[in-house]
Amino acid sequence: MPQTVISAKSVSKRFGEVIAVDDISFDVKKGEIFAFLGPNGAGKSTTIKMLTTMLRPTTGELRLAGHDVTRERDAARKAFGIVFQDPSLDEELSAYENMDLHATLYGIPKTHRPKRIQELLELVDLWSRKDSMVKTFSGGMRRRLEIARGLLHEPKVLFLDEPTLGLDTQTRNLMWSYVKKLSDEKGMTIFFTTHYLDEAEDVAEQIAIIDHGKIITRGTVADLTKETGTKTLEDAYLKLTGTMTRDDSEAGNNDGLNFRMARRNRTLR
Amino acid sequence: MDVMYNLWLRQVRRYWRSGSRLIGSLGQPILLLLALGYGIGAIYRRAGEGNYLNFLVPGIITQTVLLSGIFWGIIILQDKRFGFLAEMLVAPVSRLKVLLGSALGGATISIIQGIMIFIISLIFGFRPDNWWLVPPAFLVLVVMSLALTCFGAGIASTVDDFQGFQGINNLLVLPMFFLSSALYPLDNIPTALKIISTINPVSYMVDALRMLLTNQTHFGIGKDLIIIGVTLVVCLAFAVNRFNRIQM
Repeated sequence: MPQTVISAKSVSKRFGEVIAVDDISFDVKKGEIFAFLGPNGAGKSTTIKMLTTMLRPTTGELRLAGHDVTRERDAARKAFGIVFQDPSLDEELSAYENMDLHATLYGIPKTHRPKRIQELLELVDLWSRKDSMVKTFSGGMRRRLEIARGLLHEPKVLFLDEPTLGLDTQTRNLMWSYVKKLSDEKGMTIFFTTHYLDEAEDVAEQIAIIDHGKIITRGTVADLTKETGTKTLEDAYLKLTGTMTRDDSEAGNNDGLNFRMARRNRTLR
Repeated sequence: MDVMYNLWLRQVRRYWRSGSRLIGSLGQPILLLLALGYGIGAIYRRAGEGNYLNFLVPGIITQTVLLSGIFWGIIILQDKRFGFLAEMLVAPVSRLKVLLGSALGGATISIIQGIMIFIISLIFGFRPDNWWLVPPAFLVLVVMSLALTCFGAGIASTVDDFQGFQGINNLLVLPMFFLSSALYPLDNIPTALKIISTINPVSYMVDALRMLLTNQTHFGIGKDLIIIGVTLVVCLAFAVNRFNRIQM
């Protein structure tokens, strides 16, 4: 039986009175491509932030590659790479300098760095642009650089938070074929969120749908369509989460900072 | 050490590459030196107070360091708003290291600017009273820069947007400069102003530099150094506390 790489046990997160994540439990096996889906404000980003040590869960236990995320934070941090929803490169530095700084932060020995950085930049086709400032890069190039950076310290788990937002179809396809390869060949576990359900249908081996802070269903694409009696993942998703759009008044918003701001705004009103 | 060095290098590199920041940050102090140093200088001499440019230069160096430190905070704010901070905060490195490495970079920039203003004021006719006291003045500059950079980092960690930062500049930084001993002697000024200037730690920074560079002092160098030291500790604690509270 493959080992469990990510596990959440009865995890909740509250921001004041708002419950962003409500007693969720799930696990992800080694080498699995896991899609975490849900409408805006459902608790996706909060969950990713808890898994990646940016937020502490109010209650419950999270484990990542055998480490308790709250208690063995640095060990957990070394075990994952992340591509954030928002761009997170230093635009005033070159591609190479961004990679080098990351290598330092993750304690990769100086002697290994140049080779490893070259390998990854070649992999994402950015080696020829290694000395260009990131501010001159297109959206797709930045995303590729972020993926290369996330892989630099050879993580066991790669988190991708809406990684294809704003990318063209070519870059999206390239990115996913690369991600699949990582999972197949290196046994890397991939945990991603997206709003493009066709993408999730193509790539994901396991899917969890979260809504109002609770995981409402879990399984393969076939499981989900069978459960709901629908043909595509999108239909299944809409049947499960409804067709209404969500806004601030209902669930707050989709991450911790926004939650805090929404609350502040409410008290100002 | 490697981590701190690279975070420091990041700040210095960014500063070195942005020519506009380099030049822009020197514009205001040069303007003040010219307008006040020469403009008011004539009246100052007629009032029998001596050479105003000599009096002014330590004040302008302090102001340069003050502005540069606070504005360096904008980089933390940019990192916070535009995502790079998230990359640093999920790395297996303590926040203290991230903060200190970056703040040392910020302080280095302030020191460079302070030195440039010193050199420019030499061109304008400023002469230190005793060249042997220039190295100790440099040490005071280093401590001041560290304190004020930490202050900027603390503020930037607290506010969420650039408008808020602008407000703090107007409400805090300008009064800290104008209501200090930077521009005028504290001897014969109204009591209210005197009280404010005496509470203001910037007054002591100016005073220490003024003592070392021109042999004039209001508070006495011992008191100056103690207050500057205390300010550094308080600003550092403030920065660490605020930076640790940042939530992404």
